[in-house]
Amino acid sequence: MDAISITVNGKVHAVEVSPDTPLLWVLRDTLGLTGTKFGCGMALCGACTVHVDGEATRSCTTRISAVAGRNITTIEGLSPDGQNPVQLAWIEEQVPQCGYCQVGMIMTTAALLAKNSAPTDAEIDDALSGHICRCGTYQRIRAAVHQAASKHTPAAAAPKKAAGGAR
Amino acid sequence: MNSSTGKLARVTRRDFLKAGAAGSASLLIGFYLPARGTETAGKNFAPNAFIEIRPNGDIRLVVARSEMGQGPRTSLAMILAEELDADWSRVKIEQGDLDTRYGDQTTGGSLSIRSSWDPLRQAGATARAMLVTAAASTWSVPAGECTTRNSAVLHAKTKRKVTYGQLAAKAAALPVPKDIPPKNFKDYHIVGTKKKRVDAPYIVIGEAHYGIDTKVPGMLHAAVARPPVFGGRLRKFDATRAQAVPGVQKVVEVAAVEMPPLFGEERKENSGHQHYLWGGVAVVADSTWQAIAGRRALEVEWDAGAGADENTEKHRATCAELVKGHGKELRKIGDPETVLAGAAKKVEAEYELPFLAHTTMEPPNCTASVRDGKCEVWAPVQNPGGLGAALVSALGLPASAITIHVTLLGGGFGRRLNIDYGVEAALISRAVGAPVKVQWTREDDLRHDYYRPMSHHRLRAGLDAQNNVAAWLHHVAAPTTDGVYVGGDVPDTGGTELAGVGLPNGTVPNYLLEQSFLHTIVPRGYWRSVDVSWNHFAVQSFIDEVAAATKKDPVELRRQLIATKQKPAAEGGDEKPVNLDRLRHVLDLAAEKSGWGKPLPPGRGRGVAALYSWGTYIAQVAEVAVAKDGSVRVDRVVVAIDCGQVINPDMVVAQMEGGIVFGLTAALYGEITLEGGQTQQSNFNNYTMLRINEMPRVEVHIVPSHESPGGCGEPPVPSIAPAVANAIFAATGKRLRRLPFQTQELAQA
Repeated sequence: MDAISITVNGKVHAVEVSPDTPLLWVLRDTLGLTGTKFGCGMALCGACTVHVDGEATRSCTTRISAVAGRNITTIEGLSPDGQNPVQLAWIEEQVPQCGYCQVGMIMTTAALLAKNSAPTDAEIDDALSGHICRCGTYQRIRAAVHQAASKHTPAAAAPKKAAGGAR
Repeated sequence: MNSSTGKLARVTRRDFLKAGAAGSASLLIGFYLPARGTETAGKNFAPNAFIEIRPNGDIRLVVARSEMGQGPRTSLAMILAEELDADWSRVKIEQGDLDTRYGDQTTGGSLSIRSSWDPLRQAGATARAMLVTAAASTWSVPAGECTTRNSAVLHAKTKRKVTYGQLAAKAAALPVPKDIPPKNFKDYHIVGTKKKRVDAPYIVIGEAHYGIDTKVPGMLHAAVARPPVFGGRLRKFDATRAQAVPGVQKVVEVAAVEMPPLFGEERKENSGHQHYLWGGVAVVADSTWQAIAGRRALEVEWDAGAGADENTEKHRATCAELVKGHGKELRKIGDPETVLAGAAKKVEAEYELPFLAHTTMEPPNCTASVRDGKCEVWAPVQNPGGLGAALVSALGLPASAITIHVTLLGGGFGRRLNIDYGVEAALISRAVGAPVKVQWTREDDLRHDYYRPMSHHRLRAGLDAQNNVAAWLHHVAAPTTDGVYVGGDVPDTGGTELAGVGLPNGTVPNYLLEQSFLHTIVPRGYWRSVDVSWNHFAVQSFIDEVAAATKKDPVELRRQLIATKQKPAAEGGDEKPVNLDRLRHVLDLAAEKSGWGKPLPPGRGRGVAALYSWGTYIAQVAEVAVAKDGSVRVDRVVVAIDCGQVINPDMVVAQMEGGIVFGLTAALYGEITLEGGQTQQSNFNNYTMLRINEMPRVEVHIVPSHESPGGCGEPPVPSIAPAVANAIFAATGKRLRRLPFQTQELAQA
């Protein structure tokens, strides 16, 4: 099979996988980027969310062939040092319980704030209602999104800049 | 493991007493006594299984309970660090492998803090005493003049200070003292504070490692085709097409195997238990996706077995019939039947609850390497001891040949007390001669869970001429959970009457609790709050029905029931007696904070439920809005909790928020149905979860206390469904008696 070229966190990879392989499993099994999680395989829970050209995207239903040549950012590339305002707010508000779904929540929130620097509760609900947290951390997620928004600068949310060092 | 008492509680208690009687080291306390002076002197100070102090000042604390979001890796370490007077910033948490030195490592029954509180305090206090002794002898001063703080021993008179790291070598050569008393709570500076979770910084950067993230050299990936009908077996399979999928290495049969009980219980010959791995076919490939694709291409035929005739409507009809007669008597006080017959007024109602799945966000998975007579497993499990026993049984290896590493768990909720996926991984690894990670899909998870049992409840109350409850009769029809593992019709509610069923058991003069059993092949398991999740819905709803029938305020009726002169049962017979004053206090606190009794606009209502269980007292008031189309929105939940000594108040609040979401998800949406012996639900499109846009505002009020800690994982779950049902009644005058709520019945014509 032919290699497919994808750019993940600023680094170009040529992966030899079947073109129908979901991006999720390429990230996890082929590239060893296990921060992105498997939850449902049907884009119903949001655990697998990454950015494709800055858009929050469900990697479990995105075929690798559809993202050839696109810029993909995973949690590993969201910030070089874990200091993205969203990540900091998640710790400050003590959002995670088991934490399994939180990477997806953080990736969607980072994409939301890049477009809307001061979302309302309704806008937060709208952006994150595609996600499921079985531990029930929703109340804290709302608080953390507001807190991240209050400290948000456009530069901090730009994922490509954050990943520059890995090139 | 039923509800509040739990076999877990009994096991730990028994071990503890055994240890006390022996007056020496015990498994539960976990004191590991190294051969003194040789292996440890001059190196690290490791006075027991839980603590190690290195010369550089790092303190390694071992947490031997599973982290699934409830926080033991933080809270148990806080208890140790408190007693040790450790510098929290130098504490390193390590997850304990399966090891008898840690005692029972099962994580369930809201027991992690409760069962660890005494032994961990003793472990920490003992280590601290040894460090003080080492410093005192260095300085030739009385140990009583020394104090400790931030990982250092201080001598105020001479203004001297020495760090734990500097003392490690000397302390390691000392004998381990006995009976060191723990700290007075007045001196706490770690316990009771909002320490941040130790794993949060790793979680937010994607570096927290769950079972699914395990990678070992040479590892292959497996997806398993399992019998779709419960109790079915593999007839035959053709691997040709599966083998043709790129990356597929092998296709192997997974043998059906009998599994031992989960918690080391005795099981009689021919017990009729249902604890089997039903087998199947594993497709083993280079990557997860190739394994899944290979399984899709697999051609397989199954024998359906006896379960093929089972379906939900039949189960419901059977249960409805069962409660008309008499069941197994679980508790009887006075003469309930006669008093009911002669009652001035009677109230009667029936309630129904469905099977439920756990749906942990991390689907079941396990990595195993079985080679050269040894088995090494990386497992997201709540029950490493149960997995160990099942591996001994399935592989025919001695326990000493089995190593179990417990990973982080992406949720547990009781699902991971079951160890089926771990046994699968080991059998497949042995068959292919390589390390294998078995990955379940969400469809696998929903169709092959160990479900929370369905149930049907018939409640009857007889009221005297003054409208007092003179008789209370409760007949439950449900399949047994414990019986799945040990065989027989074992009542899940037995022995936990007050805790498991709630008021008014033990507080009314004539009482009857009986259970009839639905016989089914559907696997049942322990689901966060176990039998309380069903019984409490029926009982707390029915209390409100009695209140409505007697025109009493629901909070006031509960106060009257609590104000009994009778002595209610202790929880399960071996826990502390129920303290009705504490129960009344949380009820009053929740009522006050919620604005109970204050008028609400039309279409809105408040409902209450209160509970004692898992050593904790809790009351909830839910406030709901019911729209004209019948849709229900829960806007606000006020929680009052008395869980004794709080270790970390922020984590108590987190458990309340999360438990309410868990219970509310079930109340509004949760239902597993069967047709032809197969689960009909498959993924989150037909097994609905509460999402952020439906999150109520949760307000938590913690009662300050220095009583022994109670549990927090399960107590918030059971009350939300009845509190919402009672609020819906307050808002609409309509009573919903079946879960999930059939809200279409509320629509206005």
